[in-house]
Amino acid sequence: MPADGYLERLKREGRIVVVGASLAGLRAAETLRTEGFAGTLTMVGDEPYEPYDRPPLSKGVLLGRTTPDHTALPRRRALEADWRLGTAATGLDMAAKRVRLDDGEEVEYDRLLITTGVRARPWPHDGEAGLDGVFVLRTRDDATALQKRLADGPRRVVVIGAGFTGSEIASACRERDIPVTVAERGASPLVGALGGVIGQVAAELQREHGVDLRTGVMVTGLEGDSAGRVRAAHLSDGSSVETDIVVVALGATRNTEWLAGSGLGAGPRGIACDAGCRAFDIRGIVTDDVFVAGDVARSPHPLFGYQFLSLEHWGNAVSQAETAAHNMLCESVDRRPHMWVPAFWSSQFGVNIKSVGVPSMGTELLISQGSLAERRFVGVYGYQDRVIGAVTFDQARWLPFYEHLIQTTAPFPPPFPTVDRRPEGARPVPADFPDPSVPTHGPTVTLSGYSPADRRMTFTPGRH
Amino acid sequence: MTQGSLLRQILEYENRHDPYPLYAELRKTPVLNEDDGAYVVSTYHEVLSLLHDPRVSSDSRNMTQSAGIDLQDQQEEETTLPPSFIRLDPPEHDRLRRLTNTSFGPPHEPRRVHEMRGELGGIVSDLIGGIGDSGRIDLVEQFSYPFPVTVICRLLGVPREDEPRFHGWADTLAASLDPMPGEDPTERDKLTQKARTELGMYLAGLIEERRKNPQKDMLSELAVHKGPDGSMTTMELLSTAALLLVAGHETTVNLITNGMLTLLRNPQVLERLRTDPDLSVPLVEELLRFEPPVQLVPNRTTLADIEIAGVTIPKGASLWLVVAAGNRDPLRFEDPDRFDPDREDVRHLGFGSGVHSCFGAPLARLEAQVALSELARRLVNPRLLEDPPEYRRNAVLRGPRHLPIACDDIRP
Repeated sequence: MPADGYLERLKREGRIVVVGASLAGLRAAETLRTEGFAGTLTMVGDEPYEPYDRPPLSKGVLLGRTTPDHTALPRRRALEADWRLGTAATGLDMAAKRVRLDDGEEVEYDRLLITTGVRARPWPHDGEAGLDGVFVLRTRDDATALQKRLADGPRRVVVIGAGFTGSEIASACRERDIPVTVAERGASPLVGALGGVIGQVAAELQREHGVDLRTGVMVTGLEGDSAGRVRAAHLSDGSSVETDIVVVALGATRNTEWLAGSGLGAGPRGIACDAGCRAFDIRGIVTDDVFVAGDVARSPHPLFGYQFLSLEHWGNAVSQAETAAHNMLCESVDRRPHMWVPAFWSSQFGVNIKSVGVPSMGTELLISQGSLAERRFVGVYGYQDRVIGAVTFDQARWLPFYEHLIQTTAPFPPPFPTVDRRPEGARPVPADFPDPSVPTHGPTVTLSGYSPADRRMTFTPGRH
Repeated sequence: MTQGSLLRQILEYENRHDPYPLYAELRKTPVLNEDDGAYVVSTYHEVLSLLHDPRVSSDSRNMTQSAGIDLQDQQEEETTLPPSFIRLDPPEHDRLRRLTNTSFGPPHEPRRVHEMRGELGGIVSDLIGGIGDSGRIDLVEQFSYPFPVTVICRLLGVPREDEPRFHGWADTLAASLDPMPGEDPTERDKLTQKARTELGMYLAGLIEERRKNPQKDMLSELAVHKGPDGSMTTMELLSTAALLLVAGHETTVNLITNGMLTLLRNPQVLERLRTDPDLSVPLVEELLRFEPPVQLVPNRTTLADIEIAGVTIPKGASLWLVVAAGNRDPLRFEDPDRFDPDREDVRHLGFGSGVHSCFGAPLARLEAQVALSELARRLVNPRLLEDPPEYRRNAVLRGPRHLPIACDDIRP
């Protein structure tokens, strides 16, 4: 694009619309202002609240230690934005450069950033999902309602799905001394994200904390009483569990329906974009004016074979938002790629769990430090003889080292000794991920497809 | 000047008052192989990466004898106390540090440090009130030393009146960290050993007393604690208590003294702090970058060959991580030699990083914030009487021995 002063005008008096007023939207808006955007900034958010932080919702809030209205995200700077909160975007006209809102208004943009994120996947049976006492946990309102019911002292809580969110909810229940049953379709908790070996550690952790953990089962139905309150969950093994509360923790769905028919490459897996956060249209051609960031984005990562990754990670949302905002105000030569190495943390049953890289790509696992039995360890994931991911249980301070191994495609298994190496870390074992064609809970990382780019370009030569 | 002599120059006492030009010289070779085999690492990213590298050991039992400037071949094994967790690797390190944390920090005592703010303010206020002749103050003797000592005594439950006794032991033990002792090393080893033994016996008496009659202090809590990790053996408890006592002595003193010195050299910042005590929070962070009390970490070794910045550090090498040089690395910090409390990105190495990152950091931060903001508020027109002041011998724990200052008056 010729430098005909367009960018200068855009920065001075242009119109930028950000759809999605959560973490990614806020950080992008702040970056736009910091990088000199002086024009009109419109922030569209379907919830009535200012941008707030989600990790506390399944931790501190459920424990009653903090309230949802104390989770507002700190502001890094004044935004001077036109906030359209409680207003959902309903459509996009790319040719006319307009976003349609559910209040009938339309806002025009010169550049658009989509950060609409994901929402909790609801219980698929409408009648049962509508029962009183059936919850999901994604938003501030969800957390407020659930925490209120937990405070009432329920007889039992049933959590459907033992991914990170489900496990954190179970942890909060146990810490509040509420009986809890967790039903997981896979062989163990966290199996989709971390594999069966680590999943077994998580299973023991849950059982030791008094969770009634049922694995290898599905919930086949929820039963209500005559007043429309949930009273039992029926399982595929023929058993049933009496309960007052059911929390459906079956992963997330990307908020892209409003883009149907817009011509943007948006679907159930998110919005595909290039490494510079520019969205693809349905023809696979990159747009110039539409950018995406955060949970809803799906972008190719050179480090992981150019696979399109969509990451529901806090740090990814921040980093991608900053990159998108930067690139929105740049000539193409000055644009930066979004090269964030996936990183994730969870806190459950008193254990701090962190991961880097893409453990779910791993086929082998090596416990390089510490011990599974003590539940304090570093696990390294190997894929085609290279280090592809790592997970720590209460050993997070070592993680930057393993992140560096991932970034430099270091050989797997790592050939050197480390402090705190135990006999069990002498050789790798199969990481034991479930067959991807069999659904468990929603995985935290979705992998699919390849970019048309030359894949040999940035690979470090193999070390066979 | 040969490259190999750089580290020795840094350790020379005559350069103590301003080692920063030498650090800049050092950074030209990010990983410097000294003539005697030691590897000196001085750039920010390389130091940080080695602090997180599980191939780097803190356990002196992994040191090979050949490495290092005739440095600590004497070690704790020869003395009565086992190594404290600062000189151990996981899992022993983790276990002892966790046990220590049960009476100091989250998740067991999340607010312990925070709740000491009022008490710290009281101690600071008393010390400043007792200064007397404002025409000639030795800030070290009259303030920066007694303040953290009083705090660590109260926290641990060590009687303040015993302070003169362990002051001597702590001094000797801190001096043993100096890689270039002025005096005969054999003699020094003997003194160090004697000090450790005496301090150990003194603490053993206190702990015995606390076991029978527990108080609300850390020694009592550590002595009676039983948790998922079990409890500390008496010997472990003694090492840990000695570590906390010595570390609580010798580092915060320098942080506060370096802080006041820096403020007096930057009077406009001092004036801002006088009217805005909240400035003390970012100011102390910048101070930890600009003049860290612990300048270098000399006692690490490699368990494997480590390739870094194009150099392969062989297995068993003695590793010196010069955190104070990393803190002034222009590749990491813009205009690094400028003291700027408004700096936005100040992820310094002042407390180290990784599993051995400073255990007392939350307390040290709070002590320095309270001390510096209160000094700024109460001393009227303070000025340096000597610049540079006289420094302690120690190159590792660097700070002035005396800081003579004067002021016109002391506000109530």
